[in-house]
Amino acid sequence: MLEIQGLTSHYGRIQALEGVDLTIAEGELVALVGANGAGKTTLLRCISGVQPVTGGRILFEGRDITRAAPQSRVALGICQVPEGRQVFGPLSVEDNLKLGAFRRRGKRVADDLERMYTRFPVLKEKRKQPAGTLSGGQQQMLAICRALMAHPRLLLLDEPSMGLAPLLVGEIFNTVELLKEQGTTLFLVEQNAYAALGIADRGYVLETGGVVLSDTGAALLENARVKEAYLGL
Amino acid sequence: MPAPLVEFLQFLFSGITSGAIYALVALGFALIYNASHVINFAQGEFVMLGGMVTWALLSQGIDLPLAIAGAVALTMVVGLALEKLAIEPARNADVVTLIIITIGAGIFLRGLTSVTLGKDLHALPSFSGDEPLSLLGATIMPQSLWILGVTAGIVVLLHGFFNYTLLGKAILATSHNRLAARLVGINVSFVLLLSFGLSALLGAVAGILIAPITATHFEVGIMLGLKGFAAAILGGLGNGVGAIVGGLLLGLIESLGAGYISSDYKDAMAFVVILGVLFFMPSGLFGRRGTERV
Repeated sequence: MLEIQGLTSHYGRIQALEGVDLTIAEGELVALVGANGAGKTTLLRCISGVQPVTGGRILFEGRDITRAAPQSRVALGICQVPEGRQVFGPLSVEDNLKLGAFRRRGKRVADDLERMYTRFPVLKEKRKQPAGTLSGGQQQMLAICRALMAHPRLLLLDEPSMGLAPLLVGEIFNTVELLKEQGTTLFLVEQNAYAALGIADRGYVLETGGVVLSDTGAALLENARVKEAYLGL
Repeated sequence: MPAPLVEFLQFLFSGITSGAIYALVALGFALIYNASHVINFAQGEFVMLGGMVTWALLSQGIDLPLAIAGAVALTMVVGLALEKLAIEPARNADVVTLIIITIGAGIFLRGLTSVTLGKDLHALPSFSGDEPLSLLGATIMPQSLWILGVTAGIVVLLHGFFNYTLLGKAILATSHNRLAARLVGINVSFVLLLSFGLSALLGAVAGILIAPITATHFEVGIMLGLKGFAAAILGGLGNGVGAIVGGLLLGLIESLGAGYISSDYKDAMAFVVILGVLFFMPSGLFGRRGTERV
């Protein structure tokens, strides 16, 4: 579904990605683990089109989207839950969700809204409140729901468990597994490598801008190098 | 009514009238500032173009309503062109560069107008006559009522646009969090284009409304632009309610200052206000506080 070939990206003169190769097949849950500053967020932003690519290609279902505008990638079904939630703080919870469906119009949006409210009743309860007044965990749920409103075919999740209480982390991972069961293709970036690799079909390890390891999630959990560097074992 | 009260009422009317104009100009500043954090110093030129183009069309024998529509449309085209041809190609530049571009665009538009439409002062006819109306002993010009009515109408329309349409909310979302806006599929360059178009519309309307009272001239935008800017600063840059309150307040400060202190200082009031706000209240009356939670 997604194929990345030799992707490079820079912040000014500093190179953040040094030729990343990666593939994600339809229906897969792929995890990306790596230390702070390895380039995980940069890679996701390149896939969404909000970070300039300086070399290499991104193919989505065989189509070259390396230079496509972010909004046309959303229309193709590539959606992202960004790091740090990034909800529209002054706008109401409901407006946040409706803006998630900005590229879609029509009555089906209202049905989707109901579906989100059924899944997360707290969002319905607070639908008139500014999103900025929600707790961290609620904002993360909102950020995920906002992305789901766009009917993603490939959902990119950037550190969804960051800064959340352990109970909420569990809920987030349950949600991710549920989405996978429903057929959404997922690309999960996590610092919580143990949990991410535990539910992933396959995983990639990113170090200083390049992929250094890739294998099935289970195999990476057993890998000596991964254990030492990311699992603290 | 006792004479001092009538006098006060008179100052009040004239203050609110020019205040409404400043509010429209300030709203134009706010729209573009929200979409891009750019202070568009060509905003005054939109005001000037509104009045000057209406006069030019009138002098060609076109009816007033049609001339107004034409002037608003042309000013909007200028606003869109400014964004497309000068701001968008430099979108990766920093905000200061973009602000300097708008100053240059303002000088260019003034020059172009003086070459094509001349350097004379022109008056537009009032929309519905020059017979003053009497209200509680004070007099008010029909044109003032036009100004207040149209401004109120525009404020209501803008309020509806930003609170009840998805496109309006998309603009708010973009101004709050550009990255997240792009990630949900909002075309942020279109949002910027739209805000320049809307700002040009507001400026042109302000320029047309005020022209029958103060007359119009190719340099009229400098002062009106600066006063609108002062109003925007006073209300808190980028805040819609602040722009309206700031505009009305500035108009009142000016007219009461001119009435009770000296009319020599009328134009200086705006700058005293800018300095006062920047020294004592940098985020204005309704602005976001300087610190932001991360």
